[in-house]
Formats: sequence, structure tokens, C-alpha cells
Amino acid sequence: MGTMVKVGMADLNVCLPPDAITTLGLGSCVGVVLYDPTHKISGMVHVMLPDSTKIRNNENVAKFADTGIEELLRKILALGASRSALVSKIAGGAQMFAFRTDNEMLKVGSRNVDAVKAKLAELKIPVLAEDTGLNYGRTIEFYPDTGNLLIKSVGKPTKTI
Amino acid sequence: MAEVKLEQMDNMQFDVLREIGNIGAGNATTALSQMINAKVDMKVPKVDLLEFKELGDLIGGAENIVVGILLTLEEDIDGMMMFLMEKGAARSMVRVMMGAYASEDESADFSEMELSALQEIGNIITGAYLSSLSTLTNMTIVASIPYMAIDMAGAILSVPAIEFGKISDKALLIETEFGDATEVVNGYFILIPTLDSYSSILTSLGL
Repeated sequence: MGTMVKVGMADLNVCLPPDAITTLGLGSCVGVVLYDPTHKISGMVHVMLPDSTKIRNNENVAKFADTGIEELLRKILALGASRSALVSKIAGGAQMFAFRTDNEMLKVGSRNVDAVKAKLAELKIPVLAEDTGLNYGRTIEFYPDTGNLLIKSVGKPTKTI
Repeated sequence: MAEVKLEQMDNMQFDVLREIGNIGAGNATTALSQMINAKVDMKVPKVDLLEFKELGDLIGGAENIVVGILLTLEEDIDGMMMFLMEKGAARSMVRVMMGAYASEDESADFSEMELSALQEIGNIITGAYLSSLSTLTNMTIVASIPYMAIDMAGAILSVPAIEFGKISDKALLIETEFGDATEVVNGYFILIPTLDSYSSILTSLGL
């Protein structure tokens, strides 16, 4: 049995078999897994905000969809992942509170998902599977050995994508 | 106006924020105590500057199931106010309020009626917190209706965390824990003003 590598909020890390990688309680944030299935090299980033260029204080690259995915890509390539083999799986981006408002500030979940997809498309990394949106939190676990992403939510059966 | 940088707050500013937590939560605890007709004690408020990584572990771990009530604040103070309690505590509170109308089953989901009671509890006690804050600072605070979610603590705390993420790599929380003698009813108040509102609050208090 391998160990479970933890990724916190606005954090990223890499993972090789037999270990697995997890992030707990994703709300409006998005968990992005980058994965090279041939070499079984994987990494996960837990992004909070869509766009680093809109924010002045951005020392933590893992906080944003654009810079977080770039940094994660750099890290797994450094481990020997093949650039052309890379695929991704994403989860999260929920709207936790049913705000009755048009305030865009409070709909950050769907903006995060859009930003992640735009960045992955720009980098030509296909999204193999996703479990995004809706209104509940998710804990995700990725197993580089099998390429499975497990999604656990409160009061729902565990899902594998 | 007092210049505020989250990473560079001095002890004096921390003390003032702690005192705000004290007065706000003091009033809220009194309101709660009257509502459930039992003595409720409050712990000394904490003012914490946390990294986002640590935030999820605040209330019994990121996967702990909590009831979160959130109000957005406008006018002189912008930001959010949150009231969080563990699911078991919420269950006890509903039982105290509704008596025989509340479900006996610990693990059952809350009924419509119970959810509505919880929302009202949240409304009354956050109202008490905010009105004392407003009186103290002489600032107008307009709160939204209370929004409620029951989910993993990490997922619920991601909402205020994202707001902080826009201005800083850390989150500043004014946090007060309370509980009754048997610790059956406990929870947390968290006040999350925007950076500008911190300046306004401190300025209004003469700092």
C-alpha cells in the first residue's frame, strides 16, 4: 500500500505509484489532475481563483487556474512525464450557497471550471472526465496506478471517473 | 485611513479585532441563550492569520460535516459573516427549539421545518453579532438574507477563503467558539471583512 499525498487549498503536488494523491473538501475550488498514463506520473493542483492577471497579490501560483496548471505541468514534466501523452481529470467548482443574486463575485465556482478548461485547451491537454458544478463539496483521490479519480461527497455514493 | 496589510498587522490592531469578536459574539451568545433557554458560554475570541492550507482543518478537519450559515455584508462594512456548527450540535439546537416536533433520529437529514428553524437561529444570532458591531463602530451594516449549506467544512470554508484569495495569500478570521455546559450546543462565528473594511473598522475606532 502506498501513502496518500495531501494537497491543501491553493496547493499542488505530484504523485507516483503506489502512492495516491488527494485533496479534501473541494467547494467552489477546482481540483485538477494531470496524468501521463504511459509513465504513470501524476500531479494535482487545488485552484481557488480563475485568473492570476486580475489579482495584484499573486505570490502563490497554485492559487490560480492559469498559473497553477502551468506550474503543475512543469513539475510533472520534470519527473519525466511525456508532454504529448498528458491527459487530465477535473472536479469541484460547486456553488456552495444558493445566492439569490446576480453578483458575479459569488459565482466563482463555474468561473473556476471555465478557466481550468480554457487553460487545458490552450495547453492541448484533453479533459478525459469531469465532475463539476452543482452545490455540494467533494473530496477527491487520484490513483496513478489505475488512472482512477474517486469522488466522495456527503450523502452520496462514491463515484469513480 | 489606517493602512492595513494582513501580513503586517500589529498587536494593537489584533487586540481591537479580538475585542470586536468579543462584543459581537457576546451579544450573539446572549441571543442564543435566550432562544434555547440555557446558559451558553463563550470562549475567548481568537484572531488568526491562517494560510489557506490550514483553513480546512479549522473546524474538526476538512471533511467534518458542518452546518454553515453565511450572510454577505454591504454598506460601510463589506464582507461576509459566517456561523458554523457541527451537525450534531445543530441537531441538538433544533431539538431544544422545536421540542416534540424535531426528529429523534440522529443520522436523519434535516426536515424542511428543521432547516427553516436552523436558518432562523442563524439569522437571529448573526443579527445580534452584527448589530452590536454596528453600534460599536457607528457604521451601517446591511446584511443579506442568511444562506445555508450543510456539507464538508473544507467545502463551506472555501467560499470565504476565495474572497481572501483575491487580496492575500492568507485569511484573517475573527473567530469565537461557544458552547453550553454540556458542550451539546457549540459552534463558531467568523467575521470576514474585506481589506478595505478592516481599515474602515480600525479607523472608526480611532486607530
